[in-house]
Order: sequence, then C-alpha cells, then structure tokens
Amino acid sequence: MDTVATVEHAPARAAHEPELGFWQKYVFSQDHKVIGIQYCITALLFLLFGFTLMMIMRWQIAFPGQPVPLVGGLFGAANAPGGIMLPEFYNQLGAMHGTIMVFLGVVPLAVGAFGNFVVPLQIGAPDMAFPRLNMASYWVYFIGGVVMLASFFAPGGAANSGWTSYTPLSVIATQGQTWWLIGMAFLITSSLLGSINFIVTIVQLRAPGLTWMRLPFFVWAQLVTAFLLLLAFPPLEAAAFLQLMDRLAGTSFFMPSGLVVSGQALEVSGGGSPLLWQHLFWFLAHPEVYVLILPALGIVTEIVANNTRKPIWGYRVMVYSLIFLGFMSFIVWAHHMFMTGMGTLISAFFQTTTMIISIPSIVILSSLFISLYGASIRFTTPMLFALAFLPMFGIGGLTGLPLGLAVADIHLHDTYYVIGHFHYVVAPGTLFALFAGIYYWFPKATGRKMNDLLGKIHFWGSFVFINGVFMPMFIQGLAGMNRRMYEGGRAYQHVQDVLQWNSFMSWSAWGLGLFQIFFIINFFMSMKKGKKTNDNPWEATTLEWEAPSPPPHGNFVTPPEVHRGPYEYSVPGAPSDFTPQGQR
Amino acid sequence: MEIPYTVETRADTGLNNVKLGIWLFLASEVMLFGGLFSSYILLRVGAVEWPFGSDILSVPLATFNTIVLIGSSVTMVMAWASLKLKDLPKYKLYMGLTVALALVFLVVKMYEYADKFSHHLYPSESTFLGIYFLITGLHGLHIVGGVIVNSFLLLPGAKMWETAPERFTNRVEAAGLYWHFVDLVWIFLFPVLYLL
Repeated sequence: MDTVATVEHAPARAAHEPELGFWQKYVFSQDHKVIGIQYCITALLFLLFGFTLMMIMRWQIAFPGQPVPLVGGLFGAANAPGGIMLPEFYNQLGAMHGTIMVFLGVVPLAVGAFGNFVVPLQIGAPDMAFPRLNMASYWVYFIGGVVMLASFFAPGGAANSGWTSYTPLSVIATQGQTWWLIGMAFLITSSLLGSINFIVTIVQLRAPGLTWMRLPFFVWAQLVTAFLLLLAFPPLEAAAFLQLMDRLAGTSFFMPSGLVVSGQALEVSGGGSPLLWQHLFWFLAHPEVYVLILPALGIVTEIVANNTRKPIWGYRVMVYSLIFLGFMSFIVWAHHMFMTGMGTLISAFFQTTTMIISIPSIVILSSLFISLYGASIRFTTPMLFALAFLPMFGIGGLTGLPLGLAVADIHLHDTYYVIGHFHYVVAPGTLFALFAGIYYWFPKATGRKMNDLLGKIHFWGSFVFINGVFMPMFIQGLAGMNRRMYEGGRAYQHVQDVLQWNSFMSWSAWGLGLFQIFFIINFFMSMKKGKKTNDNPWEATTLEWEAPSPPPHGNFVTPPEVHRGPYEYSVPGAPSDFTPQGQR
Repeated sequence: MEIPYTVETRADTGLNNVKLGIWLFLASEVMLFGGLFSSYILLRVGAVEWPFGSDILSVPLATFNTIVLIGSSVTMVMAWASLKLKDLPKYKLYMGLTVALALVFLVVKMYEYADKFSHHLYPSESTFLGIYFLITGLHGLHIVGGVIVNSFLLLPGAKMWETAPERFTNRVEAAGLYWHFVDLVWIFLFPVLYLL
C-alpha cells in the first residue's frame, strides 16, 4: 500500500463535496481542522493579551509609583491617574492575567486547537464525531472570551479578587466579578461540549486496526484530559451558580455571620461557609492543572519519538501512568488549602495523595528522558522546544513537592515561590510544548514549513529570558516575599535583601516579550511564503502524515488502516528508518 | 463526507456515537448536581440552625409532582417503544403526554414559587431557602430544556421518521435517557429538600 498520499489526489476527492461559501468554510465551519485553527489563533491572541497585562504589572512591581511608559495614558483616570497605577487596577490585572492565561489561552490552545486539529487525523477519522457540536464549542468559548474582555469596561473594572475568586471577598467585589462568573459559565459549557466530542471521537472513530495500545500517546493524553474536563468542570459551574446567587439574589452560601466590611456590618442572612468555595473551586482547579500539562506531555512525546528516531521507551507504562494520574488528580485538591485551618487529619490525607500523584508524573518524565539515551537527535526547532520542556517541567514539578508537604507549605504558602513553581510548569513547561507543537504541525496545516532561523532565535531568546523571569521567584519566595503585593513587597522589612531582583525579572519579562515578535513574524510570513513541503516532512510514523497537506474536508484520500504501533522508528531490517502505522 | 457509527453500532465498543455522547453528558450532569448536593450537605452540617423542609415547603404538592414526573418517564419509554414497533401515531400520543406532564410539573412548581414569594420567603431569607431555590430552579431549567427537546421531536423533528427512522429512534432514546436523568434528580431532591 502506498503510504504517502500525494497532493494531486486532493482536488479529485474534494470535487465530490459541494463547494461551501466563505462564511461556512472559514467562520461557521464544521470542519475540525478549521475549528482547530480558529481555536489556535484566538487562543494565541488571548495569550498575547494576558502576557501584555503581565508586562504592565511588572512595571509596577519594578518601579512602583512611576507612570507606566507607552501605554500608561490608555488606562483612564479611574485606573491610573497620570499613568500611575492604582492598587485596585493592579488587582484587576492580576486576576485577569490568571484567568485569561489559563481558561482563554493555554487550555483552548492545548485542547481546543491541538486536540481538534490533530486527534481526528491521528486516529484516521474523517472528522470529529459531532461536527456541529464542535462548532458550537468554539463559538461558546468565543462569547465567553468577549464577556471576559468586556468586563474591563464594567463599573469598577474587571474582576479583581484573583483568578481563584476567593469568597467572601469576591462576593462583595465590584460588578466585574459578576461578568467573570458569567464568562466562566460560557467557558465551562464550551469545554463540556468539547470534551464529550473528544471522548466519543476517540472511542468510536478510530481507524480499523488502531487498537488502544497502538494509539499515539498524544491521543491518550487528550482522552484523559477530556475526562478531566468532563467531570471536574461541573462542580465549578455549581460553585459559579452559588456565587452568582450570593451576589445577585442576596443569599449567603459563602458569607459567614457577623461580617464587617469598611466598619459596617453586612446585611446578609449569614451562616454560609467561605471554605466551601475553595473546595468547589480547587476540585476543578487541581484537575485543571493536569488539563494544562497532559496535552503538553502528549505533544512532547510525539516530537521526541520523531526526532530521536527511536521508539518511546516504556510506552505502555506511560499510558498506565497517565490513566492513574487522571484518577488521582481528583483527590488531591485540598493541598491548595493547608493554611485554611481545615484540620490536620484532612491535611495529612491530601499530603499523602499528593505525594502519590507525583509518582506517575515522574514515571512519564523519566521515560521521556530515557528515550533520549543513545539517540542521534535531530535538533529541529520543535525538538529544541521539546527538549527544553523536559528539564523546565522537571523544575516545576520538583519544586512542587515542598508545597505538597503541609509543614513546608506553612513557610512557602502564598509567596513568590508558589508563583515560580506553577509558572515553571505552565510557562516554560506547557507553553514551550505548545510552541513545539505549532512548529511541528504547521506543515500539516498549511503545507509549508516555518522558518528555521527565526524559530531558533525565538527559542534561544525565550529560553534565556523565561528563566530570568521565573528563577529569581524561588529566591524571593524562600525569603518570604508575598505574592499579589502591588508595590512589589517594599513595605516588608524582611524581604529588603531580595527586592533588587524585581527589576531584573521585569527586564527579563520585557525581553521575553521582544523575542515573541520573531514568532509572530514567522507564523504569518510562513503561511504565505514558507518553504513548501511534502505530506510527511518530518518522516513521521503516525497517521496524520498520511493525509495530504493541508488535508481536504474529510481528511484522507483513502480510508486508512493501521497495521502497527505508533512509534516504529529504526526497525531493524526495514527499508527506511521510519515505518508508518498504515504500512502493511 | 460520512461520519461512521452515527446510527449503526461499532462492533468492538458496542455503542453508537449518540448513546455514548448522551451518557457522557449525563456523567457531567451527575457532577454538577453532585456538587450542589455536596454543598447542601456541607452547609447543613456547618449550620447553627436548619429548618425542617416540611415546615416551610408543601409536601403534598411535591408528592403530586413526583407522581407526575414518574408518569412522564413511563410515557417517555412508551413513546420510544412505539417507535421500535414502527407505530408513529402511538409515538406522537405518548410523546405528547410526556410534554403535557412536564408542563403540569412546571405549573405546579411555579405555583409553589409564587406562594413562597407572596409570603416574603426569598432566597436571601435563609441558606435553606437559598439552596432550595437554586437546586429546584436548576432542575426546573433542565425540565424546560427537556420540554424543548421533546416538543421538537414531537413536531418538526418527527419528519426524520420518513427519511431515517433508525436515526430518529436513536434520538428519541437519547432524549429519553436525559429525561429519566432529570426525573432521577427530582427523586433525590424531593426527600432531601422536602422531607429531611
């Protein structure tokens, strides 16, 4: 069987399909690839916006009380009189940075974009199982994003109680919080529609011969992620309804009796529990951490196998670890709450489960490291990002262990150490993997390669500066510097010795921003002028490379069949160093 | 382009897409109402005082509503069974009854709400009333959603019976699974809020 379909077949196949108009083809499309690209571009724009918020905040941290240069005049007198940021505005930026990065940037990119584009291709399906639901999922996400952005113009500005929206603070906060809750309801609905679609697609639409243990690891990661989204998000929806009731109908689900605000007793019926919000929130938000990281691990696995030209070491164990990780992620949430006074017995339980969940994560990461051993590695741009992901995610994961131990957490809780920890997981971790994925699958989506030189400049600049941003956070955090301080911790005597890092980190953040320009130029320029490639430029084994680049509506020229595992590289006796899954 | 297994079952999973999809949706619904019921438990065990539901709410009305909903679940099954027997008029009769019973439930519920409001019993009055209005309100919205879907399947959607009878039967089955779930939520909700 001819394994590499040529582009010439594509028009013949497309001729059977009725020609769609512009709106149906590019805007209200039901094609999983177009929806994936819509997700990709929207999410990248949100990432840029969220990052811009952070670059503005870094000015305030490094140079508090000085007018913000360039953009300071845009914020209005209510937020930044004379360009000097008010504390309330800093809180808005902080809350919205977290919300936008997690719910509007990274998850839609990791799941909505890569899941939508790659999964049906990798399992040899013509499309997702429910194409109309898929379109609805994108547009509901889009509306949620618009609501979040619009909240900046609400009276009192956007939500300002942190991305965690802890009660009772968030209940008495300005109107932006209501917008935040409504926006979250849209985003939760979107991810619900998406996750049902992913699970049904992976279970039902696998090509003949594609058994569970022949699935590419990326598909496994998306499957487990979809289950996490399906089951962990609804309790946050319940929590959002409860908080909306507290804010709009005057109930006191999260409001204890006897609250005094600004010297006045609050007129609520009382008797509620502020801790209840934290339990419901973290029941979502801890599995959410794995939603952020699992697709990234999937992408890295694909790229490592392809560029080491070797099978992945311990594929089966990685799959079992992944499933175990998915289960465990539902019973670790309260390790975010050691300092709330919920009791030592509960702390001990969640500390134990947290230590257990680190085992499968380490198994997966170790397997990837061992896969590198003895390989003649191709240092392509996607591989550079994937290689950098491994130690970066390692640092992020290992620095999490002291936070998972209740005793060590007493010192580290709510300091910059925590910020350093989860940013190492998500920024040089997940985001690097996502960049790797963009460089890797760009030829499949467009038929053209991204520029290698610009890609390498982007990589090395990002790699240096991102560590400049986050590494000093561990130093500041260990010294006891609190997070969320709008003047960068200057009021505290005990952190005076580590304050000089503030401007270093800020300059690193702006440098990081500068190097993203190389990516933006590369991304748009390569769409039009990139070097044309064949259908399988990386000489990869998985099914998506058997479809034409870019794949037509319906994906494959001939329905694929699978005869072997996902990573048969350098098989002894084979004619080439890769044996595609579809080859007999 | 044809998506496989929209109607026929896949041999190795024994499912078609619609059935798997609706079960997954119901799993997420379990987590949604599970979150609310868990909140109810945590709020109640932490409360200084908590009223008996039967002192504030009307048990006879809720009992009547319980019977109405269980009845509508029975007619829903009959509607699906009629399609399996290829009897469209009977299907229309039973589906019509299902929608009618759901509307009866909603009218009774609205009367209950109006009665509470007329006695100045608002959600802000106490945590019990807050959670009562939230859970029953959300359940009511699910009933409304069911009425919309079932009415669609009763009137315009039934045209599909002419072109793709098997696919239409699958749709009714999926709607039925959802409807039984909404019924089941009420079976939990009734004792928890009205009796305990």
